Amino acid sequence: MAAERLHTGTEAPAATSARVGVQIDGVTKKFGAFTALHEAWLKIEQGSFMTLLGPSGCGKTTLLNLLAGFLEANGGEIFVDGQLMTETPPYAREIGVVFQNYALFPHMSVEKNVGYGLAARGVPKREIASRVADMLALVKLSDFGHRKPKELSGGQQQRVALARALVIRPKLLLLDEPFSALDKNLRGAMQVEIKEIQRSLGVTTIFVTHDQSEALSMSDRIAVMSAGRIRQVGTPDEIYRRPTDRFVASFVGDVNVLPAKLERRLDDRASVMVGAVRVEVPAGTVDGLAPGAAVDLFVRPDALAIGEKGSGFPGTIAAHVYQGSHVDVLVDSPATTGGRLLVRVPGTQAPHRWPVGQAVGVTPTGDAVAFPPEAA
Amino acid sequence: MRRPLSHRLLGLAGKIAVGLVVAFILLPAVVVTMSAFNDKAIMNFPPTGFSTRWFARAFSYSDFSSGFRNGLIVTAFASTIALVVGTGFAFVLDRYEFRGKKAMEAILTSPLVIPHFTIGLGFLILAAQIHAARGFAVVVVTHVVLVLPFVMRSVYVSLRNLDARLELAAASLGARPGRTLFTITLPLLLPGLVSGWLFAAILSFNEFTASLFVTAQATQTLPVAMYNYVREYADPTLAALSVVYIVVTALLLTIANRFLGLGKVLNVEHGR
Repeated sequence: MAAERLHTGTEAPAATSARVGVQIDGVTKKFGAFTALHEAWLKIEQGSFMTLLGPSGCGKTTLLNLLAGFLEANGGEIFVDGQLMTETPPYAREIGVVFQNYALFPHMSVEKNVGYGLAARGVPKREIASRVADMLALVKLSDFGHRKPKELSGGQQQRVALARALVIRPKLLLLDEPFSALDKNLRGAMQVEIKEIQRSLGVTTIFVTHDQSEALSMSDRIAVMSAGRIRQVGTPDEIYRRPTDRFVASFVGDVNVLPAKLERRLDDRASVMVGAVRVEVPAGTVDGLAPGAAVDLFVRPDALAIGEKGSGFPGTIAAHVYQGSHVDVLVDSPATTGGRLLVRVPGTQAPHRWPVGQAVGVTPTGDAVAFPPEAA
Repeated sequence: MRRPLSHRLLGLAGKIAVGLVVAFILLPAVVVTMSAFNDKAIMNFPPTGFSTRWFARAFSYSDFSSGFRNGLIVTAFASTIALVVGTGFAFVLDRYEFRGKKAMEAILTSPLVIPHFTIGLGFLILAAQIHAARGFAVVVVTHVVLVLPFVMRSVYVSLRNLDARLELAAASLGARPGRTLFTITLPLLLPGLVSGWLFAAILSFNEFTASLFVTAQATQTLPVAMYNYVREYADPTLAALSVVYIVVTALLLTIANRFLGLGKVLNVEHGR
């Protein structure tokens, strides 16, 4: 089995090398005694949208700066489109960056900003003019070419920053928390717009954010990071439904945590007992635990259903939070660590069916994951 | 509702105090300006008649015109050299961490602490050793040292206000360091550079104490020539020259303000 793994391990890069946009091999970055990034390994498919998600200080911005060449790694290698980038200075990397504050050149017009990278490459003036015009049309700013950045709104400035980064036809586009300065309504619209532009140009994109809903809605794949380490890499659905790491399960989305006991393991499935209720979970996250060991069961609020008293975990309806398309129902229950379960009920009928004070039973209906309890 | 009497009295006293301070700042300029138009050959206040003949004398007195010319030469060289050197040091202090950085900063700003006559005397002794005490070089070097802290400060503040991400953005777009310097960094620093140069020029042109030591008859600058004049004559020519000084400096600042904005020239950041 080990030999088989080794075999596929050596073969995989050759078979997929044409499709790998970015390859990060054991990259480490230290600031003095502080290790901001511990041996990060990551492969990003060409043309895909990868998100680095994590709380502030998790190392995601450090990794972005290493990719852009603004920082030098203490170890490891970075490849973009198969080319070794580790020693390449930022100006030779062909990587477009959209900064958190956009970093538009304040003394230049929008046209000059967008054309800057082309002028730096010695592209003829006429070609610069036409490519800048095309790019401004793509970001819907054709009439704003002569304005100065400070005469634009936040959303317009962001489009200029995007156009400036894309006009050089970069091998890789880096987006550093680009939505944090925008108000909430604009944020949603810009997310859709950037995603559409990214897909139409097919540019490999790495997006850094601490906002898990942004990550889930925009990404092809997400790398969740904390404390300088990549915890899990997967599609938004995998990250949300099948977290392989305790941190990932609690950082992405709402979750209920229930103390449980491991019952038995069978191949890749395992079952745990919450009181008298048996719940099926993937076995991978409870590897090495003996039957009877204490575990924590993580269940999403949309993977629970409310039923008649006597089924599932016992509880009493405590409150309803109306959310438009669904209702969040809070159920007081001794089964959970916090003493209160969050159940997401589709539709708006929950308050009528399950009035406050009613005794109910809560049943797991979807994916659940178990992890060893946190070391005290 | 009327405010109590004590409040109104306090308010009045405050206005008077502010008025007095402002008047006090302008007082010397006003006194000198008025006595410049006196018709008698003495500087007295208030003047007893009106005449412009002292202005004519100020412009025709040969020591003044050569002093003016010497001053321009010294100022042009000293503030330009100080700008280049000071900008270099400001970059180093802003961008790099190294041992002895604090010490370097202290030494570079020490001319603010060391008396001008000490600096002048020191350079005079040194220049005499190498038989260079009669040329422009020693005057220019002395002035460079004196104005360097001001230039450095001005450029340093502009560098601090410059967003480092703009340079990173330029680099990511393919600009080599030289291109970034000339298309991003220097254009954005321009107001700081101009204000630094302007301060240096005004200080250098007005500098007297150190200049008294290091200038010779052939290289004496305008303030030194004025000092030598006042030792021999007591007529209002000096007052007339002072008025010219004030008008020219004000004119220069107005032009700088017109083209760059005084806020920028003085490195004042306006809240948006």
